[in-house]
Amino acid sequence: MDMETDQIHQIDVGNLLAFNPSHRFPSAPSSREELVKECVTEGTKLVQAIADTLFNFPSTETSDGPLVQLPRPTTKLPREKHLPRPKPPTKWEEFALKKGIQKRKKDKIVYDENTDQFKRRHGYDRVNDDNDIPIIEAKASDEPGEDPFAKRLDDKKKRVGKQEKNRLQNLKTAAKAGALPSHVQLAVTALPISGTKTQPQKIGKDALGDVAGLAATSTASGGKFDKKLPGEKPPKKQGKHHKYLPVLPHRGKVDEEKEQTNKVLSKLLSKHSHEILNVGKAINMYNDKKEKKKSGRSDKLKAKKDITKKKPYANKAQ
Amino acid sequence: MMEIRTPKTHKAKRVLEKRAPKLVENGKKTLILHGTKTSATVSSVLMELYRLKKGGAIKYSRRNENIRPFESGGETSLEFFSLKTDCSIFVYGSHSKKRPDNLVLGRMYDHHVYDLIEVGIENFKSLLSFSYDKKIAPHEGSKPFICFTGEGFENVQELKQLKEVLTDLFRGEVVENLNLTGLDRAYICTAVSPTKVFLTHCAIKLKKSGTIVPRIELVEVGPSMDLVIRRNRLPNEGLRKEAMKLSKDKPKKKVKNVDQDDVLGKLGRVYIPEQEVGKIPLPDKSKGVKRERREGKVKKNKEEGSASKKLKESE
Repeated sequence: MDMETDQIHQIDVGNLLAFNPSHRFPSAPSSREELVKECVTEGTKLVQAIADTLFNFPSTETSDGPLVQLPRPTTKLPREKHLPRPKPPTKWEEFALKKGIQKRKKDKIVYDENTDQFKRRHGYDRVNDDNDIPIIEAKASDEPGEDPFAKRLDDKKKRVGKQEKNRLQNLKTAAKAGALPSHVQLAVTALPISGTKTQPQKIGKDALGDVAGLAATSTASGGKFDKKLPGEKPPKKQGKHHKYLPVLPHRGKVDEEKEQTNKVLSKLLSKHSHEILNVGKAINMYNDKKEKKKSGRSDKLKAKKDITKKKPYANKAQ
Repeated sequence: MMEIRTPKTHKAKRVLEKRAPKLVENGKKTLILHGTKTSATVSSVLMELYRLKKGGAIKYSRRNENIRPFESGGETSLEFFSLKTDCSIFVYGSHSKKRPDNLVLGRMYDHHVYDLIEVGIENFKSLLSFSYDKKIAPHEGSKPFICFTGEGFENVQELKQLKEVLTDLFRGEVVENLNLTGLDRAYICTAVSPTKVFLTHCAIKLKKSGTIVPRIELVEVGPSMDLVIRRNRLPNEGLRKEAMKLSKDKPKKKVKNVDQDDVLGKLGRVYIPEQEVGKIPLPDKSKGVKRERREGKVKKNKEEGSASKKLKESE
């Protein structure tokens, strides 16, 4: 009886699915309730058929209840995403394959000959650390004046840069084949501009602030009453920046104004003042001034001095 | 200029790995949304569908005016949502004069529309209108039985597609082990005519029978509705073949520190770090935490309670 019903109903235990293809309504169901009742009874039969097979599976007892191992579902349903595509080999992998180079597992702890100790390969206090080298012996091919330590750092930077470039190339080929690793994303940071090689500069925070300041000053009130956004800094002081030194010296502090003038004076009167002072320029300036005075400025602009009027003598009363 | 971007946190990395294409896939998530206008029936159908699929469904509450699944340009928004929420099935409800109480069920492959089927809802009965014993109410997220009855599901192409879509929708996760006490719901779909399907959701009552297999009784609990087939779109052959490709079984990864012994069974190895006796955290000896204090308090409250009772009695 069970075998017959199994053959009549198509059962997929993996999905808990049952299908009865041989049912048809003999006549139009008389009422809604009749229809519903018939559907539920048919459904009950199907569920019973699935349960028959399910409860006869070997079950393991657990604290929550009997656990049964389901077979794989038999109905074919479309996948959600494509099958993962195989990764194309990287440049190094191709090279290694060609040359027959085998991968060798590296140990975490390596014996350091300099200190006769076992040290780790990477990380704090590692073997062959670049920073630990105290002395680099000069070779005949070395140029004088070249810093070998800086050269080592430079070489390392170049190596790292080359590696990054190669890594990017490998990822690009993988992305082309549709096999980019799931945690990596390639982002385009700038559009390729044909013609010029210079990349468009990213505007920084300060530049933006300056531009905003410029726009503000073009307003009628000079940007003083503009509403500021939260987080926007107040405008920088426009115009000349004067640093006024204190008139009276602070306790224990040097008189700064005096110091300033002394400095200038010492420079002028020093032995090498001719090096500081650009004599040629000074002469030119002096001559220009003189010529201007001689040629006389346009009298229309200057107020004429009335020689008939007498100046009151302020000090004569004494 | 290209830049390599990798996730900076472990959580972000795990999310990306979860969403990546795999050999054995996760369960499909459902996206439930509605269009420009919805009637009361459609909104309640969508809400109840969401409740039935809680845990594997995402419901959007705003209306989406630019989604028209059957038009060529109207799917871009859907594909975008599918990408963002990682959902591969969507249910789109709408209502118009030409298509009253409309429901579009669709599936995605690689976040592009794979196939669509449009049904109309008739004779909808909400799950609130069913009265039943609350003890048999199905639990959230339990694996359902799915039953199809009727020759229409084999002969009519649209019904065949509907059968596949409904299986995908109600299936949930594919599991290896199933707890037999957790079987409490069933979806019954009957082909009433070549264009009409009656769908209902029932709870399962297991009754004692002579054998190990219990006797099944179904009680209607959930929403029930009639689905009338309207339009549909089948996937094109190439896409269908690609989506149905089966993956070859990968050999199971070796689990570390676990051995199988013929006599003793499954053996495991546990590595315990060296115990530094001087650094063991000492017990909390603060006054309020001591057991004697707590018990004393409980006793005191009891005595007080009984004392007040005595007073009352004496009065």
